[in-house]
Amino acid sequence: MSQRIVVDPITRIEGHLRIEAVVDNGVITDAYSAGTMVRGIEKILKGRDPRDAWAFTSRVCGVCTTVHALASCRAVEDALKITVPRNADLIRNLMFCSQYVQDHVVHFYHLHALDWVDVVSMLSADPAAAAQLAQSISPWPKNSPGHFAAVQQRLKSFVESGQLGIFANGYWGHPQYKLPPEANLMAVSHYLDALEWQKEIVKVHTIFGGKNPHPNYVVGGMPCSLDIEELGAINTERLNHVAALVKDAIAFVEQVYVPDLLAIAGFYKDWAAIGGGVENYLAYGDLPTRGYGDPTSFRLPRGAILGRNLAEVHPVNPRDLAEIKEYVGHSWYRYGAGDGAGLHPFQGETELNYTGPRPPFDALDVQGKYSWVKTPRWKEHPMEVGPLARMLVAFASGSTDVKEIVTAVLAKLDVPVAALFSTLGRTAARGIETQLVAHWMKGFLDDLIANVKAGDTRTFAPDLWEPETWPATAEGVGMTEAPRGALAHWIRIQDRLIDNFQLVVPTTWNASPRDPRGQRSAYEAALVGTPVANVDQPLEILRTVHSFDPCLACAVHLYDPDGRQVGRACIDD
Amino acid sequence: MKDPGRTLWQALQEKGYSRREFLQFCAVTAASLGLKASAIGAVVEAFEKKPRPPVVWLHFQECTCCSESFIRASHPIVADALLDVISLDYMETLMAAAGHQAEKSLADTLKAYDGKYILLVEGSVPTGGDGVYCTIGGRTAIAILEEAAKGAAGVVAWGNCASYGCIQAAHPNPTGATPIDKLLRRTVVNVPGCPPIADVMMAVVSHILVFGRLPDLDGQGRPKEFYGRRVHDTCYRRPYYDAGMFVEAFDDERARKGCCLYRMGCRGPVTYNACSVSRWNGGVSYPIQSGHGCIGCSENGFWDKGPFYQHLSSFPGFGIESTADTVGLALGAGVAVGVAAHAVATNIRKRSLIAENRQESVVAREPSDDKKVQP
Repeated sequence: MSQRIVVDPITRIEGHLRIEAVVDNGVITDAYSAGTMVRGIEKILKGRDPRDAWAFTSRVCGVCTTVHALASCRAVEDALKITVPRNADLIRNLMFCSQYVQDHVVHFYHLHALDWVDVVSMLSADPAAAAQLAQSISPWPKNSPGHFAAVQQRLKSFVESGQLGIFANGYWGHPQYKLPPEANLMAVSHYLDALEWQKEIVKVHTIFGGKNPHPNYVVGGMPCSLDIEELGAINTERLNHVAALVKDAIAFVEQVYVPDLLAIAGFYKDWAAIGGGVENYLAYGDLPTRGYGDPTSFRLPRGAILGRNLAEVHPVNPRDLAEIKEYVGHSWYRYGAGDGAGLHPFQGETELNYTGPRPPFDALDVQGKYSWVKTPRWKEHPMEVGPLARMLVAFASGSTDVKEIVTAVLAKLDVPVAALFSTLGRTAARGIETQLVAHWMKGFLDDLIANVKAGDTRTFAPDLWEPETWPATAEGVGMTEAPRGALAHWIRIQDRLIDNFQLVVPTTWNASPRDPRGQRSAYEAALVGTPVANVDQPLEILRTVHSFDPCLACAVHLYDPDGRQVGRACIDD
Repeated sequence: MKDPGRTLWQALQEKGYSRREFLQFCAVTAASLGLKASAIGAVVEAFEKKPRPPVVWLHFQECTCCSESFIRASHPIVADALLDVISLDYMETLMAAAGHQAEKSLADTLKAYDGKYILLVEGSVPTGGDGVYCTIGGRTAIAILEEAAKGAAGVVAWGNCASYGCIQAAHPNPTGATPIDKLLRRTVVNVPGCPPIADVMMAVVSHILVFGRLPDLDGQGRPKEFYGRRVHDTCYRRPYYDAGMFVEAFDDERARKGCCLYRMGCRGPVTYNACSVSRWNGGVSYPIQSGHGCIGCSENGFWDKGPFYQHLSSFPGFGIESTADTVGLALGAGVAVGVAAHAVATNIRKRSLIAENRQESVVAREPSDDKKVQP
């Protein structure tokens, strides 16, 4: 029997997302992903000073904070042919890495873990046995019987208060929760540890950028100065502080996150065959070791993989008008050349055209337009972006670091390479990446210190700061990898002001509706084939959707104020 | 549930408060929250019987930076707040429930704790297109906000979005993004900033719960405790301003020495926030300390007061006893008077610098919002 189920709001994500799925005999046979809130940041950017763009675009998202600021600075620097000093690249790398480590850990514990961990079950755990389990996989000092007993008692009092707060109305007791009570206790204890630790690593942003969320950047470098003889600059004390934070981050990732991930994954190996989705992967790459201008030096390489063929990595060029196109066949926009057209971001149009049902409604008109997210394609292919795409592109590109750790994890879980193409693979790739990034972060700090020691303290390139030095028109692309995947900003500068600004963000790639050819994007494709044991408690949908780490404020940022005022523009169920 | 934990009444008893003081406390709470006298009984009951005050956190047009900031709090840490201090009954970013079960959590809380829960709002509300640019559960953000605010004991607007509309309200404000106090006929505590400082957010919640009343607010609804001083007046780089020693370019010699960022566009002189005192992320730094000027992210309409790197021509008032309200009045009286007074009070060198700066600078515009000046 065919049933249509709606999950709206999808919680434990950034933004507003609605999933509609068709379930036949306990398996999803079709799925529709809809982004449902609009703001309008690209329109607001028009006519502004290009040097201010980073501040505006960073407010696209406060979860993946810093990455839009970085992409915007690079877009302007690309347009104006500015090369930032090596120290600025290194500081940007440090901020990038600390963002990844914080964001991925928070995603695992606070956004994703409750899909796998039954909080109520931990109340019946034996704390001593839980400690034995935890100590067998990690030297983390808080894995003691006493600490686990205290956490258990604390949660017991919490539950008995009758006020379950954020844990109210979860799918507790669902048969798809497979962890023994002791593993649940360990995971909940680390949920609390992670919540306390995550506020520390972001201090790297505070030191270099003054605050977090939304630290400060500047076109041409970084706003902070390096001077080991001055109190008012990044000096020895500040560098020591960063070093301590990096050390603790490596410890947390290696002693808590990765062991938990592997332990939990061991109970859910069936999810290595579920949720694969599209078979193409895209990464712009990042973490330059010889400057952003040299992509061959990136720790995370650039490239595309088609048809899961890890023997070939295709080159990617976001400047090429033929490579990236955005479609609106199923999105609430209208193109001048017809809704079947695909437009490169440099040629992008954003005319509002809501055609959906008037609320309140039970179902979207999925045969027509059904989302505020546009549909990007790379050479007409739907692409998955994110940690899995990055790890696959790096693996296929021959990155030694990545090959070693991916192979080790697959061996530990006793699964083949094909297991990566799944919900579990996506979640595992995020953890693998975090471990790599934490260590690379240490390397970038060492490089920064070595550079300062060698006498290079420059953090800013002043020559092209004044608008008088700019050409009358300029175009540029800024690329990076947000924690959730490939991110690029396209800018056109005219008469020293922003003439056009376009963003294609990770969740646009992953969460978009199907294209005019009927090809599904990543969320929709991954959901097809996912089993649903109980349509009233669709835990499995959350598992697969959360494995992508959705970020909808990023994905839906378009709006045309000149567009026709039509019907309902932002609809959740 | 024989021992449901420590109630607020028990906590007060432990601190030596009498029953009479507790009842007075409840009455003050009810009054300050705008409740009628008949509602005091409900407040007493809630504080006697319910160990943790229920809290509802709504998201509208926002980027979730306020939620992210909140979880960065260091005192108390957010885990302690969630388990021991409040009952966060609805918050899409952290809650386990999704879909229908999430909607149930909200409905249950509004019903069961009518008149007793605290409402925290992140994000502006779009009023363009009949409010359709953000709806949840098929209903507009306006309708959801009005319903949730009706039974709330107190309403807090998190961040610049909920307080002033923030980036989506910047020109041309495509969706009609509106701050929530424009939509509710009741007192709203505005906690601006993009985002607000984590420990300021936690302190505002604590102020309401621990002291049982709203913090003192200025004319813009901001807690004076955190928004009563300009960043400039409490900035450790202020002596460089007074000495006329300014950074002229990022990473120049004076930038390395930590001189004043006024000429780099710093909005500290016109920005009310706790940054230079509380600092960010456990007191580690704040934008100026890390070399970038303040962009004024806690001020109404700051996005349209750029470009950010063009410095202010002048700013009104110079005494540390200036508050947002008195400066607002001074602004109303005319910027030139403030500038003249300030010029007289500065040394010759700086006066010439200010005169030089004024010619090439952006004018310190007053927020268009009519709340700025309230007698």
